[in-house]
Formats: sequence, C-alpha cells, structure tokens
Amino acid sequence: MPELAHLSASKTFSHGIHPEEHKELTSARPVRRLPFAPHYIVLMAQHLGKPALPVVRKGQEVIRGELIARADGFVSVPMHAPVTGVVTEVGRSLDCDGRMVPSITLRPYPGATQEVLAGEPRTLENLSGQEIVAGIQAMGMVGLGGAAFPTHVKLSPPKGKTVNDLIINGCECEPYLTSDHRVMLEQGEAILLGTSLVQKALGAKRAVLAIEDNKPDALAEFSRLVPPGSAITVAAVKTKYPQGAEKMLTRALLHMDIPSGGLPADIGVVVSNVATVGEVGTLLPRGQGLIERVVTVTGHGIDRPGNYLVPLGTPLDFLLEQVGFNGSARQVLFGGPMMGKSVAFLDTPVTKGVSGIVVLAEDEISPPRKTYPCIRCGECVTACPIHLNPSRLGLLARNSRFEEMASSYNLMDCFECGSCAYVCPSNIPLVQLFRLSKGILRERSTKR
Amino acid sequence: MKSNYLSIVLRTSPHLSRGLSVETVMRQVIYALLPVTAMAIYTFGQSAALLLITTTLTCVLTEWIYTRLGRQEPTIGDWSAALTGLLLGLTLPPAFPLWMGVIGSIVSILVGKMIFGGLGCNIFNPALVGRAFLQASFPVAITTWSEAFAPDRFQYCASSTLAAPFLRPMVDAVSGATPLAAMKFSHQTTIVGDLFFGLTSGSTGETSAVLILLGGLYLAWRHLLDWRIPLAIMLSVALFSGIFWLAAPDRYPDPLFMLFSGGLMLGAVFMATDMVTSPLTPLGVWIYGGLIGLLVVVIRLLGGLPEGVMYAILLGNAFTPLISRMTGTKVYGTNRKLLSWK
Repeated sequence: MPELAHLSASKTFSHGIHPEEHKELTSARPVRRLPFAPHYIVLMAQHLGKPALPVVRKGQEVIRGELIARADGFVSVPMHAPVTGVVTEVGRSLDCDGRMVPSITLRPYPGATQEVLAGEPRTLENLSGQEIVAGIQAMGMVGLGGAAFPTHVKLSPPKGKTVNDLIINGCECEPYLTSDHRVMLEQGEAILLGTSLVQKALGAKRAVLAIEDNKPDALAEFSRLVPPGSAITVAAVKTKYPQGAEKMLTRALLHMDIPSGGLPADIGVVVSNVATVGEVGTLLPRGQGLIERVVTVTGHGIDRPGNYLVPLGTPLDFLLEQVGFNGSARQVLFGGPMMGKSVAFLDTPVTKGVSGIVVLAEDEISPPRKTYPCIRCGECVTACPIHLNPSRLGLLARNSRFEEMASSYNLMDCFECGSCAYVCPSNIPLVQLFRLSKGILRERSTKR
Repeated sequence: MKSNYLSIVLRTSPHLSRGLSVETVMRQVIYALLPVTAMAIYTFGQSAALLLITTTLTCVLTEWIYTRLGRQEPTIGDWSAALTGLLLGLTLPPAFPLWMGVIGSIVSILVGKMIFGGLGCNIFNPALVGRAFLQASFPVAITTWSEAFAPDRFQYCASSTLAAPFLRPMVDAVSGATPLAAMKFSHQTTIVGDLFFGLTSGSTGETSAVLILLGGLYLAWRHLLDWRIPLAIMLSVALFSGIFWLAAPDRYPDPLFMLFSGGLMLGAVFMATDMVTSPLTPLGVWIYGGLIGLLVVVIRLLGGLPEGVMYAILLGNAFTPLISRMTGTKVYGTNRKLLSWK
C-alpha cells in the first residue's frame, strides 16, 4: 500500500482547520478549452507592482501571443495578446473590486486559427541563471497561486541571501479548487522541467514538491515521474487548511519559521506555486508569453463545473454563461472560499492570479447568523496557524485599540487565512476586523 | 442571466463557516444533561422535579427582566441562562426549599453573570456563584439531604420543598447522609458501584457518575467540551488522594471513592469546563484541571467541609486569567510568547 505509506509520513504544522473540501465537483475533470469570447479585456495590473505600459494603438491588429504591453520597471511584467484580432480600445476597465484600471480591449477575428505564432524557441542547456530570470520576466510570469507576485522578482533574492531550498507548492489547501491538482496530473513533465529551471536560476541545492495527501493520484504520478536520486523530492503533507501558506510549508517541511515581517529568502527558502513552475516549464523553451491559465470553475451555482484553460482577459459573464450559470448563484468568488474575493461586477475579466471561480448557491453560503459575544471558547486560538490570540485581537479591534493590537498582540503577523472567523461559534468577523485594523494602521502611518 | 446580477451578495473572506453557534453549544450541553436530569427526578421524585423547574425558569426570567429593564436586546435565546439554572438545580439538595432556589437563581444570573456584562464577560461560573451564596446564607438547608429512592417520592414532595419563605422549615424525619459526610464524620464507606450508578443520596444531579460521564463523552465527541479539563481534574484527584490513602489507608478514603463521590463528576465534566471561565491555552487547561483536583482533595481531606468541588472550581476560575497569561504560546516566526488572556 504505497498510498498509506505516504499518508502516515505526511508532514504538517500545528493548529489549522479542516473545512469541507467540495473538491469532488471538479477534481476528476480534465482541463478543457471553451469557445472564444466576443471580446477580451486585458488589465494592465494583473500582478502586484507597477502596471504594464501598452505598446499597441486602437485599431492595431495583433496575433495571439504578441507583446501588447511592456513591463514598467523591475517589479512589473509585460502582457501578451490572448487572441488574434484587433485592438478596440486602449483605456480603462472595471476590475473585480470595481476600480477603473488601465486596460487593452481586443476583438478576436472569428476566422483566425488562434494558433500561438509569436515567440522565439530557445535551447535550455546553455541558459545562465540570469537569462532564465530575464526569460521568466519576458513571459509575464506571476505567481499563479493567487498572489500574482512577479515570479522573476521572487527568483532574485536580495544580495547576500543564498537560497538553499526551493519548495514547489502543490498543496492547494483551499476548498473547491482543483486547478493545481489537474495541472499536476496532466503536466507533470512541464512541472519537473520548470522546477529544474527555477532551481538553476536560484542556485538552490534542494527542491521539494509538496502535495497534500488528499491527492494520492498526484503523489503517485510524481513518484513515477521523478527518477530516483534526482535533485527533486516529493513530499506528502497533511490535508489541512492553510497548509499551502508559505509560512506553514517551511515549518512542515524544513522545521523553520520565516521570521516575523521577513521573507522566505531570509531563511534560504523560496516557495513557488506548482502551476507557476508548470507554465515556466512549458513556455520558457518556446519563448512564449503567458496568455492563458487553468481555472477551476465550480460551485452549485453553475451546471457544468470543471477545470478550464481560460485566455487571460476573458470576461467573467461570458465564461459563466459557457459553464451554465444558473439562477441559484448567490456569490461569485475569485479564488477559493477561504481567502478569495467576492466579485462585484460580472463584466470584469479573468486575470493571472485567478486560480478558481467559485459560484456559491444559496445552499452553500452560510445564512446570515446572529453575532454573539465572545464566549472565550478558545476555538480561534486553537485554529490560528500563527499562534496568535484572535479572541483578544477581536476585542481590541472592537474598542479601536489598533496600536495595541500591533504592538502587544502581533497583529501584523496575521496573514488573513480566515481560520479564526471560520471556527468562531459567536460568528464574530475576526479576520475581517483584523483586515480593517491593518488598513487603519497603514493609513495612520502614512499620514504621519 | 442578467436578472441574476441583482441577487449576488458581496462579502469579505472567509466565505465559509463551520456553522456552529453559541446557541447550539449551549443547547447541546443541556441535551447532554438530560439523562442526568431524568435520573435525578427518578431518584428523588417530585421535589427534585419542582426544584429543577424552579431554578431553570427563575434564571431565564431574571435574565429576561434584566435585559428588558436595561432596554437591551433580549439574550435568553442563547440558552445560557437556562443552562445556568439547570446546573444550579442539579447541585442543590433534592428537598431544598423552592424559595431559596429562587434566590440562588437570581444571584446566579445577576451577580454571577449580568453585572460583569453578560455572557462571556463573567469571571466565575454563574451557577456556582449562586450555589456559594446559598451555602453561605442557608448552611442548614443546603446540607440537609433526603433519602434516595424513597417509596413515596412520586406522590409527595418533601415538606421542606414547599416551605414558606423566611419561616423555619419543618425538618423531615428521614434524611440520608451523603457518602462524603458519612466518610468524613463517621468513617463509613459506600460501595463504589452504588456511587457509579447513582444509588446514594446527595445533590439532585450529582449521584450518577455513569450518566454524567456519558453526557461528557457525547459533548467531547461533538467537540463541544474540552475533555482535557475533566481528565486533568480526575487524574489530579486520583494522584493526590492516592498519596493520602497510601500514607494512612484507615483514615483517608481510596481514590476511587474520591472520584465517584459527591459533586466531583458533575463539577469536573459540566462546571469546570465552562468555556467562559476556563483557560484558553493547551498547557493552561492541564494546570487549571490539576489545580482544581488538588484543591478538591485538600478541602475534602484536610478542611472542615465534607465537599469541596464548588470552592475548588471557583478558586480555579479565579486563577484562570493568571494561568492563561503564564502559558501563552510562541508566535510563529518570533521568539515572543504572547500574553494570552481571558
């Protein structure tokens, strides 16, 4: 029983929660394509950092994969055309938060083959670490796990820091999401190639691929693919939320803590999402840009949940229509239900950081519940993966004692996983209060 | 499809919840107490039934009037007042005068809970605050025990039950000493099996250890009770009373007797585990339980009273903030121990 051996050896962190997974809706569905949309909206800021600068004009014809916006500085990435067609507008569009942000709108040519013709294939053997990092920036690559942090920045640790360990994050601990799971099953070779490229760029001694033990098929696939004695190892980690958080993974796999307020590079670690290295392994040899990604579209609010290869810039309403958006939808999320964002506008496009679109129906969202006073049950204390005291922090937030929250109760170490609010029997919006408190503190410090 | 746009709601994450509410927690604890309550009524008859109904209703009514007078939102819907009343009734002698039960219930809710700010803000277990008040005010009534399984228990209730307020109650001819009092004052032991199944006299709800343990196991299985607290108390009682027993077996009772007699089981499973008044930290709950166990043994064996569970738990409650503070866990990525608090 090799699976059982994996399970018993699963590594983990202390605390955390076990929400219902709901992954069975889509985990067995292979990645599929959808028809092309009537128009595409490519936002210039799909990543953390400075927005990209458009290099095309209105009315210009572009081919699929062609550069349409260039990176503005180091912490920025370029954008490529998701379809062959014509630029209909270089202006502003609504993002999922309802802000008007710079964008390029394209109309695909109905008769076009939509083959990716742009790109300069390259041989990988002679690439230096720096060339790999530059190639990754040219691809427009960002962390596909949700944070959308430019990958090349992550691969350029500050001077004086050496990276020994590369952790490839295949946990996918958010309920409902299965895009990483499918990518691991379907693009194993690309992931291994991408991992070795990223490892070379970093000069990391070891690379470990962490997969939650609720995906025995992915674990088995990589046990098969990874040759014995390879520089890459595969580790099973316990199925527990938020196992896929950087801080939790370094503790589970390496027994090391990322220092408070620091970066993984401070302890010689870089953590990268599995789909990200998969795309690096696919696109870098071809010299192509990132123009589409695998998105899990799921929830009871749609009729045909599945994993879809979606061109970036696909309008959400078009996508939902394709998968059978039904009348019962009550909430639409970008990302998973624990840390994802509620979407306000359905004409907003899919961006690089969207790993899942969860359409929750009435039966899936928790009905509005009464908020009770804190009964000091300690559930939040037992859930918090950072070992904070959310019960105390919540009380301080209610009394507007924000400075004390930060100075005496480590508010800034909270990474907003939401475990505390999930378990609270008094239905106190704990993590929401913390988010608000951090915002107020940030505002106060900039004013000063 | 456009028509669906309007029905979409916006929230901030997390969008899922475990779905457990305070109300469910309290109701489940009451369910877990139902077998104990049924046994109490079966053992002691009408008097016990009247007493339990009186304390429960008075607690709920007191809280309702309090919130009403203060023009606050009513809070009795969270079931915590009903739970306090039921627990108070279960810790009183079966033939306890009802009017005293009413006073105890009012004190429980007002002094034990509402003046601190209501649910979640109290320092001491409200039911035990009420009982401590009664113990100080009516020392005779609260140590007058009626016999278990009296043949006419379903036809008549004890005359003391219906005693008029502030008049000297008629003392019942039959009164059964509790196993602990028998032990303390006349060195008579009771068979542990009788204690386990509840065939002795004692407070209304404390006599059947097996039903209390079953209720506790149910709650622990539903994750509504911190099983470490009763376990710590029992281990601590067994350990410390074991030391006394080994030193002088003819003077002190054996640990099994200590565990199954008096209010220990009821206190350990249903009182000490009150979420509001027990520590938050993993190490803290062990210290808290151990301390309560030690205090029980000290009061029972060295003090003047035959029973010490109530005072032990109240003292444990008083130590809770200190224990929580001393046992804070290390924050991830720092060397800082958080001053965990109640």
